[in-house]
Amino acid sequence: MVAQSLLMGHPLSSPDHARHALLYMYRIRKFEEAVEDLFGRGMMHGTMHLSIGQEAGPTGMCLALRLEDQITSTHRGHGHCIAKGADLTRMMAELLGKKIGYCGGRGGSMHIADAETGNLGANGVVGGGIPIAVGAALASKMQHKGTVAVSFFGDGAMNEGAFHEAANLAAIWKLPVILFCENNHYGMSSSTEKAFAIDRLADRGLGYGIPGVTVDGNDVVAVYEASEAAVARARNGEGPTLIEAITYRWKGHSRSDKNLYRSKEEIDEWKDLDPIPKFIHRVLEANLLRQDEIDAIQKQATDQIIEAVNNAAAAESAEPSGLLEAVFKAVSA
Amino acid sequence: MSDRMLTMAEALREAMGIAMEERPEVFILGEDIGIYGGAFGVTGDLYHRFSPLRVLDTPISELGIVGAAVGAALSGMRPIVEIQFSDFTAQAMDQIANQAAKIHFMLGGALHVPLVLRTPQGSGTGAAAQHSQNLETWFANVPGLKVVVPSNPADAKGLLLSAIDDPNPVIFLEHKLLYKIPGRDPVPEGAIRIPLGVSKVVRTGKDLTLVATGIMVNKAFEVTEKLEAEGISITLIDPRTISPLDMSPILESVEKTGRLLVVQEGPSHGGFINEVIARVSESSSFGSLIAPIKRLAGMNIPIPYAPQLEKAAVPQVADIEVAARNLVKEWR
Ligand SMILES: Cc1ncc(C[n+]2csc(CCOP(=O)(O)OP(=O)(O)O)c2C)c(N)n1
Ligand SMILES: [Mg+2]
Repeated sequence: MVAQSLLMGHPLSSPDHARHALLYMYRIRKFEEAVEDLFGRGMMHGTMHLSIGQEAGPTGMCLALRLEDQITSTHRGHGHCIAKGADLTRMMAELLGKKIGYCGGRGGSMHIADAETGNLGANGVVGGGIPIAVGAALASKMQHKGTVAVSFFGDGAMNEGAFHEAANLAAIWKLPVILFCENNHYGMSSSTEKAFAIDRLADRGLGYGIPGVTVDGNDVVAVYEASEAAVARARNGEGPTLIEAITYRWKGHSRSDKNLYRSKEEIDEWKDLDPIPKFIHRVLEANLLRQDEIDAIQKQATDQIIEAVNNAAAAESAEPSGLLEAVFKAVSA
Repeated sequence: MSDRMLTMAEALREAMGIAMEERPEVFILGEDIGIYGGAFGVTGDLYHRFSPLRVLDTPISELGIVGAAVGAALSGMRPIVEIQFSDFTAQAMDQIANQAAKIHFMLGGALHVPLVLRTPQGSGTGAAAQHSQNLETWFANVPGLKVVVPSNPADAKGLLLSAIDDPNPVIFLEHKLLYKIPGRDPVPEGAIRIPLGVSKVVRTGKDLTLVATGIMVNKAFEVTEKLEAEGISITLIDPRTISPLDMSPILESVEKTGRLLVVQEGPSHGGFINEVIARVSESSSFGSLIAPIKRLAGMNIPIPYAPQLEKAAVPQVADIEVAARNLVKEWR
């Protein structure tokens, strides 16, 4: 159950990099499909926020990060967690309320954190992770660690006060932080057209003195290139960058969403822009992998998820004993 | 006509519809309350019945939403704010606690804030620590806020209509597990109003006074029925408004039964039930007690995710049953 080691670098720079990017996008896709299936069969509790269709964002961003770089994530956080290298069994076990889950069954889908891979945690509060990432970057600067922090958040989070206060702090203190907005066009039922009076959300950076870039969030190559530039800036002490990755959530916001606020045609149009075939096309074009190798990568991801589900299902359930003692970390003598 | 068994979501929607028909200054604002119909379906079809301006969808900006409601309330409107989960009132706490609550008193009565803030609270949905809290005590501890915790559809409707009429800020805390279940009593048609600050005696008995709030009233009711069969008769009281708090039926009942059990879902430390106990202790009714007062509350922990942990964190019917039976059996 050790953290997966991370491969860094351009997804088209070698067959290994291409394989890595593809494997991680497939892992996210298959993980989410498994979660949806477990919910459908009544085997999972609570709610779920699936990131199917958004796999390129976290994958491209994390290809530019080192293991010790930190992230904060969101309610729609499985992809961030996987892309940063989390253990699939422990993730699935958390969702199934098992002792070996990342939070011992106490946090569930919206609260997975993994110290080993620098994941400071998903968040149930929209915008909650943004100032936290800024704080992590502040610590990095104060301790000369050379690490960067990335905050993943949605378009909706950009209208929380937390975003604005955090962005300003990051800018005035020139912190090594990347504000990574996954603009999937909706915050629950609220479209960006209704919730913003600007077209390009990255323009918000301007008001804080932060460069804002907009990229095709379904293109893992474009995401990587923007991320790599932002990370270089951050490590050079030049301060934060705001990245807006344009993408789309295929599934409902959560389990109870009836999709009344958007059309089936719109959803279908975006399904045609699936980030996975888009990348496969580039990989084949560049002769980095053969089709049979690509098929094998897909199968590998599927097998890994099946194994994670089986291991997690077989694991011991979390027990209520000791909850009271778990609230505070013991004060060391 | 008189046998309308509505769910609490339906009853609340009916109250808002009536208020909006009665007064043009009433409007609703919040996240996903329009086409989506509200995260828990409470606003439902109101968006289609009224204009999008009166069922006003907002961005995810709790502080801004509540602040805008305060400003509108100061300027002739009667806003009903829906905050999607009570946990996110934390984002808006400045406008709730420092602004809305204090304006009338602090400004010498020059202005007042006729605002209702409705929000779901409570555990039981597997949504974990940041989506499951019971926060009535936060608000009850701020003078200037009225705090309502309805336990059933009929009360919810009547109390919400009174809250909308009230010239002061009212925090209306709805347990999310109650939304989809019909109450025990039918919901009367029309603009029925139930005054804020009046406790309700749900049933009368002679052996024990049981005070419960919100969803705990339902759990406690089950226990009163079960123990009735064992020959233990219980007076069940639902304060309905936590602040202001109407103690009179509680004190009267304690004088008759001599035993008191208080139940809430939220954590015990600093909880509302302690206020009930303190007021009984300070009153002359205290002398009537023949047993130590017993309280049941949530554990002093954040609400955990896994169902087996989440259940353990808050009082269940069986816990109330054991506590009630022991109190009566062990103290004669
Ligand atoms: C402070 C706060 N307000 C409201 C919510 C309820 N909520 C959860 S996710 C969500 C939409 C978030 O939209 P966005 O930030 O765009 O992320 P996406 O769901 O699209 O990934 C809302 C309103 C919340 N969790 N926290
Ligand atoms: Mg979004």
